[in-house]
This record gives sequence, structure tokens and C-alpha cells, in this order.
Amino acid sequence: MTNTLRTPYDGVVIAAPVTIPYVRYSIESAQWWIGRALSALVAQAGIKASDIDGLCVSSFTMGTDSGVGLTQHFGLCVRWLDTIPLGGASAIAGLRKAARAVQAHDADIVACVAGDTNHVDSFRLTLENFSRFNQDAVYPYGAGGANSSFALIARNYMRTFGVTREDVGRIAVAQRANALRNPHALMKSPLTLEQYLAARPISDPIHLFDCVMPCAGAEAFLVMREETAASLRLPVARLLSTIERHNAFADDPMQVRGGWAMDIGELYAMAGVKPDDLDVVQTYDDYPVITMMQFEDLGFCNKGEGAEFVRQHDLTIDGDFPHNTSGGQLSVGQAGAAGAYLGLVEGLRQVLGTAGPTQVRNASLALASGFGMINYDRGLASGAAILAGPSR
Amino acid sequence: MIEPIKPPRRKNPLLRTRLPASPPRPRSRTSHGFTRAAAEGRFMLQRCKACGAFAYPAREACPSCLSDGLAFVDAPRRGTLLAETTARVPSDVYFRERAPWRIGLVKMDCGPTIVTHLHADCAEGAAVRMSFQLDKSGQAVAFAHPEGETPNMADDKQWREMTADPKFRRVLVTNGRSVIGQEAVAALKAAGAKTVFVGIAEPWRPFAGEQLLRGQDGIEIVTLDAADEKSATDLAADIGGKVDILVNTTEYVRPGGLLDRRGTSIARDEIDQAYLGFINLAQAFGPAMRMRGADGVNNSAAWVNILSVYALASWPGFGTYSASQAACLSLSHCLRAELRPGGVRVMNLFTGPVDTEWFQTVPPPKVAPRAIAQAIVSGLKGGLEEMYVGDVAEEIRQRLAANPKALERELDR
Repeated sequence: MTNTLRTPYDGVVIAAPVTIPYVRYSIESAQWWIGRALSALVAQAGIKASDIDGLCVSSFTMGTDSGVGLTQHFGLCVRWLDTIPLGGASAIAGLRKAARAVQAHDADIVACVAGDTNHVDSFRLTLENFSRFNQDAVYPYGAGGANSSFALIARNYMRTFGVTREDVGRIAVAQRANALRNPHALMKSPLTLEQYLAARPISDPIHLFDCVMPCAGAEAFLVMREETAASLRLPVARLLSTIERHNAFADDPMQVRGGWAMDIGELYAMAGVKPDDLDVVQTYDDYPVITMMQFEDLGFCNKGEGAEFVRQHDLTIDGDFPHNTSGGQLSVGQAGAAGAYLGLVEGLRQVLGTAGPTQVRNASLALASGFGMINYDRGLASGAAILAGPSR
Repeated sequence: MIEPIKPPRRKNPLLRTRLPASPPRPRSRTSHGFTRAAAEGRFMLQRCKACGAFAYPAREACPSCLSDGLAFVDAPRRGTLLAETTARVPSDVYFRERAPWRIGLVKMDCGPTIVTHLHADCAEGAAVRMSFQLDKSGQAVAFAHPEGETPNMADDKQWREMTADPKFRRVLVTNGRSVIGQEAVAALKAAGAKTVFVGIAEPWRPFAGEQLLRGQDGIEIVTLDAADEKSATDLAADIGGKVDILVNTTEYVRPGGLLDRRGTSIARDEIDQAYLGFINLAQAFGPAMRMRGADGVNNSAAWVNILSVYALASWPGFGTYSASQAACLSLSHCLRAELRPGGVRVMNLFTGPVDTEWFQTVPPPKVAPRAIAQAIVSGLKGGLEEMYVGDVAEEIRQRLAANPKALERELDR
């Protein structure tokens, strides 16, 4: 096992998982959605807004606002503030920063929030203005957005490792089964593998059920020290370990692995657990093929064995490998940067035993991962965290 | 394998004309290094002066050594297509109308990977040859071609968006009295133009070469005196809706500078013919061309100007002529901006002295009219924006880039 010199997250806990139920389109602003999440955090934790002395925000659709504008907007007076524009890696990155802030007493209670609205033209505008490399060298090529970029990655990955659409489809189909138990999931009807395979092509080999549905929503949680939580009598999960990596494996001609593969030893070493010990896994599922890549890079199987792993395991809530138990972004919806939070917040609920209809029995150890920012030809940002519930 | 495009059927006047849309236009300033390359048909990438690494997309510092010495240089064109996809439901109007649209990722032999438009005959895993092209927004985009020739190569749907191939298009050559005009007619006809309209002022007056134009299949002589606003407007009222390519072959060359002349009569003629003639043509034909930029196989596609390279730097021996050409060059940039929403490209051909009577006293090398005509066709087929025809023009271009003051002093001889 890898040795690590990093300071353990001793005494750092996470509480108050908040999801503001998603809607396909919203006439409200991102600020409204973030405001709802903050309000729910305060209510669930039984604190006053003035108790929040740290704020970490992620959003694509706040316009010209950053975190500092939100402090005045919401009447918060904080001594620690961060705005994290890392797309699907924002939740893990925010959690890491907030954890160190409370550990060092730079803040006592940090609210980590992500929220986005979705007007009818929001998604196209986000695509158009995503990044400089995207604007210069990707968007003018068919304007397929992330679908086309991931289609290239998926096609290369599937050909290289002999992965079929059926293999990838199992992930999407299992998540839909999970979503049917989540009243907040936007997708309400069952999905069979036959339906998955018969879906219309979007950008080959990406078909309709490989894609997330853009929507509006918000997610949030609190990060604090153990003693703060105890004084508030809050049920909490302990943070065992995290990793984060950007622009990994830049010399790979095409992306077949994410940054997790570089740091995975440290993730488990720091937590003192093995992949087999995990009760529930929440990957970043912007496309199911990216989830398959994560099964490999997060150590559940070797590179190239993702398809076989998926064939050998039941990924539903009651299965032998409970995965994306809320339904994930593929079936709940992708509320912009809140998509990064979806898995982590659901993982937090799982280990707290408060996931309700999607609860995995006796879940006490969860892994959540993030992935984001397809700046040019590959996703640049990756991260993961392992949480332990009170029963562990 | 590409199916050859079919000659378009006669247009049904009751049907709505599809209006032009533009592909995404915003680019970083540095990225316009590729625009320059595409305009001239060159394939350039940034290369680090410190460590020699090639980089793409456009950067401000070398990703290998962080030097800011990144220069756009001509780069090897060969690469391998790693993966392709077909976008079927793009979010942008231009691509949605043209979907399915094929793109791919190419690993260049010289290092970088490039997201690129694909010619239909490019195959995954196979070698490709890269170019930069100007798309319908006038912006540079990478385009991958199969390494060798394939049947009906130029008829590829995506390639045709990047070019103004004369095949099946209708062309107006504005002045058929000149040798350049007559050569242009022949070259465009040979390149597959459906019809070439040839403008002749006062067509009852005989002219040399008339027999090459009159009574020929696919060549129609039309009355046009570009310097006369009414003449241009009248012709546009007649054929303006079916001019897909306009080749402005107006020529008005008179030797002489400023101090050895009296008055403005010659300069006025130069301006009337070249500059105001250009305005008349633009106002008469430009609006309809801009409307018809997406009108099927024979949509309007290009406007061609033949300019003296002395538009870029005055040649005192032909000083007022140089100035009239500079005025036309400036106007061409205005026209390019105004035609851009229609996706209609403006191509400027810069030539040195042409082998015609008005350059009689000028020593060689001189440009043969046929070379200009061939350049028009190859520029249209390649989707270029700037061409330098002949050795003199190419030399002036290079000297101007190297040191404009040296060029100015040396032209004063």
C-alpha cells in the first residue's frame, strides 16, 4: 500500500446533505437556487445563517457574480470564501478545501453549495462560452458540445478495450432502476437494455440514454469539526481521505484514464480501507463510459476490465455493487455544477442512513468521485473522497 | 467513397430560400494565427523557439517549457485519425441544418492533437493530410483530408462548405474585353461552371477575342459597364439572383505619378473605373449574394477581386494607379465584412505587372493572364482569401513583411 505524508483529516466531519429537487427548466436564477440550498442547510442543521463563517460556491450560471457577491446577496458574513469553477470536480475540490479550513480553524462551519438554473438557452450559452480552447478549437467543429468530445473518447476507449454498447448500457439501465426509487429523479419511466440500444444516436457512439438531461437544481452540505457538530448534535460522516488531480497523463494521445489512476493508492492508504470495503460508490456519470473508466481507475478492476466488471456485478441499490443509488445524473438530471455534488451528497445520505427509498442497507463507507472540465480533448479535473458514517 | 454532386435543378420560385447561418465565430486573438494561414492556404502551427515543440490549440506559453516564444510556422501536414464521431443534433443552427456532421481527433506526426472537420474519405487509424480552411464565418478551422486522391474528392459535402468551387455554379466575369477576363471565362468554364456571364460594355462594338465568347455553350454575353451605376443595377435586376461567384476583372492601368501630370482627369478615370466601379458592382450584386449564401448546391459563394500588388505599397512609376488599387483593397475588406453574414467569401488576387499593353515599358517578369485565370480557379477550389500570383507579387509580399521602409525606398527607382 502507498505511504502518504499528507495530514489526516482527523476531526473533520460532513453534515446536512441538501438537495433542492430539480426541474427541467426554471425561470429562477442560479442565485435563487443557491439561496434555497443555503436556507435548507440552515434549517436542517438547526443553526442560524450567521453561524456559517465559511462559504464555498460552484455554479455555471451566476452571470457576473462570484462567491463574494453572494455573501451580500444572502446576508452572510464569512471569514473564509471560495468559488470553485471545476465543473464535475467542484464538490470534491470544495470539500477538500473546506476540510482543511475547518481543521486549521480558519472557519468553523463551511457551507459548500452548488446550484445552477436552466433557462431554455442556458445550455447552449454554456457550451459556447465554456473555455478558451473550447471556443478556439472545439465548438466551431460541429458544435456538438460535450457529446461530441466524449464521443471521440468513448469511441477510442470502446475500440481499444473491446467494449460494446451493451456493456456501457448496463450502467445506465441500473441507474434508471435506482432512480425509480428516488422521487426527485427527473426520469420516471423504466429503461430496458433494449430501449437503451434502440435510442437515437446523438454523436456516435453516444446515444440518447448516454446523455444527461440539463436541468436546474442545487445541492449542498456543511463541513465542520467534530466538536462543532457534537455541540449542534448533528449526525455526521467523517472524511477519511480525498484525492484531486488536474491535467493528468497529458502525453496519452487520447484519454483512456483519468487522474484518479495517478492517486488511487493514496486515496485508499489515507482512508485505511480497500476498494472491497466500500458499501456504496457514487461515480461521476456524465456519460456511462466515463463511469466504466472510473471503475478501473478507482481500483475496482484493472484497466480494460471495466466491461467485464459491469457484466459481473449488479449495480442497483440491492445489488452486490450499489452504485449511483439516487439514479445519478443520467437519471436524476444534471443541474450544472450541482451535478458534481449529486454523488457526494447522496453518498453522505447513505452513510448517515438517511437516504430513504434509495438507502443501501447498513451502508457505512462510501466513495464519491468527480470529473470535469473537458477543456479541449479530454476531461482535465478528477477527484474522489471516502466518507465513513457514524456506524463505522 | 463520395457520390458526385448532381447539377441543381431549376429553382422553384415559390419555395422559400434557405437563409444563411454562420458557424460559431468567437476566437481568441492568438488563434487568428490560423486565420492568416487559412487565408493563404498554408498549414501553420505554433512552434516554440526555445524547445522546438509544436503546440495546438493556440497558446500564450509553450506547454513543454513555458517560453512565450511561440511563433506560427509552416508545419508538416501529416497526421493519423485517432477517432471520429458524427454530430447528429448540434446545438448551433448552422450545424443543425447541416447535420450529420463528421469530426475527428487527429494526432499530428509533429506532436499535437487536433480536433478537426473530416473529409468523408478519412478513415480511423489511417493517415490524413491537414489544412486550415476558412469556414462560413470566415474563421480558420482545421480540415482533415485523406492522404491520397479519392474519387469525386472535391464534392465532399463538408469540404464544399469550406470552398467556392465553380462546379455547377454561375459566374459573372465583369469585364470580358480584357485578356484576363477572357482567360478567366475559359478557366471557369473548364472548372465546371454551369454558366459564365461575361460583362461587355457597349457590346455592339467589336473587340479582340470576341469569337471566344460569342455563341459558346454556357457563356452568355451581358451588357455591363461597371463604372456606370445604372448599367450595373440593370444587369443585377436581370441576373442578380443567379450570380453565385462574381469575378471583378475591371482593369484600368495608366502609367504615371503625380508631379508630371496636370490635373486630375486620369486619376479621376482610375477612380471611376476601379473604385467607383467596384462600389457599383457591390451595391448591385452584393445584397442578393449575401441573401443566397445557403441556397443549395449552387449557393452564392465568392467574390473575386484582381488587384495590383502595388495596392500594398505604392509604385511611384504607377503612383495614382497604385492609389486606386489601394482604395479597392480597402473596400474589399469592407465588402468582406458585409458579405460575411451570408458566408460569401471575398478573395483578393494580387498580381505584379501583367503581360498586357499598359505595362509595355516594364521589364519582365510579368504575369501571364492565363496564370491569373488559373489562380482564380485554384483559389476558389481551395477556399482561399489571399493569393499572390507571380514572382513579383510574391516578392513584394515578403519584402513588405520583412521591412516596409526598405520596400518603399526600393520601389522609388
